[in-house]
Amino acid sequence: MSVKLPMFEKTAPENVQNSQLRRNLGKVTGAIRVKRARVVDEMPDWEALRDAGYALKTKVLRNLDTYLLELETSVTRVGGKVHWAQSAQEANQIVTDLVKSHGATEVIKVKSMTTEETRLNDALAASGIKAIETDLAELIIKLANEESSHILVPAIHKNRSEIRELFIRTLGEPDLTDEPANLAGAARRYLRKKFLTVPVGISGANFAVAETGTIAVVESEGNGRMCTTLPKVLITMMGIEKIIPTWQDFEVFMQTLPRSSTAERMNPYNSFWTGVHEGDGPQEFHLVLVDNGRTEVLKDEIGRQTLNCIRCSACLNVCPVYERTGGHAYHSVYPGPIGAILTPQLIGIENASSLPYASSLCGACYEVCPVKINIPEVLVHLRGRAIKYKKDHGTLKDKLSPEHLGMQAVAKVFANQSRYESAQKLARMGQGVLAKEGYISSLPGYLSGWTAMRDLKTLPQESFRDWWRKREGQK
Amino acid sequence: MSKESMLAAIRIALKDVPETETPKDTVVPRAYLTRLETSLEERLELFTERIEDYKVVVHRIKENEISANIEACLQARAAKTIVIPTDFPDTWLAQGFSFVQDENLSHQQLDESDGVITGCEVAVAQTGSIALAAGKYQGRRAISLLPDYHLCLVFASQVVDLVPEAFEKLEPSVKNRKPITFISGPSATSDIELNRVEGVHGPRTLEVLLIV
Repeated sequence: MSVKLPMFEKTAPENVQNSQLRRNLGKVTGAIRVKRARVVDEMPDWEALRDAGYALKTKVLRNLDTYLLELETSVTRVGGKVHWAQSAQEANQIVTDLVKSHGATEVIKVKSMTTEETRLNDALAASGIKAIETDLAELIIKLANEESSHILVPAIHKNRSEIRELFIRTLGEPDLTDEPANLAGAARRYLRKKFLTVPVGISGANFAVAETGTIAVVESEGNGRMCTTLPKVLITMMGIEKIIPTWQDFEVFMQTLPRSSTAERMNPYNSFWTGVHEGDGPQEFHLVLVDNGRTEVLKDEIGRQTLNCIRCSACLNVCPVYERTGGHAYHSVYPGPIGAILTPQLIGIENASSLPYASSLCGACYEVCPVKINIPEVLVHLRGRAIKYKKDHGTLKDKLSPEHLGMQAVAKVFANQSRYESAQKLARMGQGVLAKEGYISSLPGYLSGWTAMRDLKTLPQESFRDWWRKREGQK
Repeated sequence: MSKESMLAAIRIALKDVPETETPKDTVVPRAYLTRLETSLEERLELFTERIEDYKVVVHRIKENEISANIEACLQARAAKTIVIPTDFPDTWLAQGFSFVQDENLSHQQLDESDGVITGCEVAVAQTGSIALAAGKYQGRRAISLLPDYHLCLVFASQVVDLVPEAFEKLEPSVKNRKPITFISGPSATSDIELNRVEGVHGPRTLEVLLIV
């Protein structure tokens, strides 16, 4: 099943040391933070929109079975066919069979996180079907044979001159300049032929409306419109949490999503389709509902809010850890703060136990989240789950590790007043040899990990308890 | 069956939610703005300012000037073959161009045309957006997508202040199963260093006739 991810603390340093990557990332995340703040600040009702978004998502998740059945009824009523897939493999199989049944050897795709998560392109390739990614950034990383490093802008780690070199090499366009408009033109020429001829389109869904069966795709380039309008057959794969109750609820998310993601008042194109429209667009529509670990997330009462996520990526852009390591260090389809809480829950804490630690818990992600996911709260909760897993399933070596033994000792000390006070006294006496001008810069042995990156303030000569007792005595 | 096992897994996962709870029990606070007190003039001014932010050229004209303005816009681009929806009024068309009604034109034909003229269903001042809903003078989705130039007619009465009003106005279209497209400026990408660059796969130029 799920593969164990490399430990973040092992993969982060090599990325942090890549100075080109840090320059690219620093520049773009800095710029988008400023732009986002500007378009959010002009909204007097921003907090009210966040509250409404949070409540709407909570409502859907607490009644998810009801809403999924309502969505199925609605989509069927408007001429679509609904498929249910418990696992990634099952979802991929459904899509592959559908593509095969139309004899297609190529499909055009709108960028979709869910199909990245299920690795649909690999599954299609195994059946001899070529998936053509039509989003510019997605095209860039596929041509470069790299992995995505950002939810919204998968090629965020590449600058314009790197992209120019790539296009000259792979698209046979020798006269390109590094002007972004020029580079976008090359992608337009390359993909236009595909849009006009490929018979099957595959998309994800930003939202699905239970009441009407309407699916929404939010995008910028027009590739989303192409893929959902021109092919004869359209297949949409979506996570089961992407439901909103009614059409009118778009009034909330279509305000918060664009401003949070691309920092625009509205992104260039939003497509809303309601099943099959006679004489307009695909005449066959399939909706594949994917679980793939989501009910596991739903099960955890604190972790559940993670499923509020509308994939805007605002949390990535404000995260001091993401800004320095980039997305690749996470080794997860979903990087950044949201990835640090979503991935361990989707694939099991035992397979991604280091991701909840890929954070300084500064809380910037929670502040910008348009659906108010309390990411720091979930991070701390998942750290607890990671430790509990290690305790319950760990080897003898884990159980005898200094951290585990140390925590056990600390627990004993903190549980008893006299033990706590004697420990304080001991520490005050012991710190003498280590302290310099009120700070300890290097702790011995196992504890050195703490001071490797920061100084520790020394314990004061008088504890609060001592001071309090003295004060009481003077009365 | 995956459907049954998925639903069962969801119900187990939600065992902390009381069985009697229904969607109505989660109250959604809607304290955000749904109406503004503005004059028509203020609304049109904001719409113009916001859509110009997307590098869209807006011409503010009177209804009897439509034909003359269509002519001027097309001439400026040296556009010859122009796609129009089947219900587009003849009286708005100008001489000297080849207007092709969309009677099931092939994607190839649309791709080879020089541009398209449509109306819209609603426009939003707050975000500088226009929405098409396969309604009057709007045609099917492909015609406003494949040509490289889109000239859109927006009537002053179609402009609303806020996003929530637009979704309210579009509700009948959705319930009549019409596809809806929000357009905010020409096709663009932010994929290269997060800079917005106009012109990728959709029309690279969007021009608006605002009819007052």
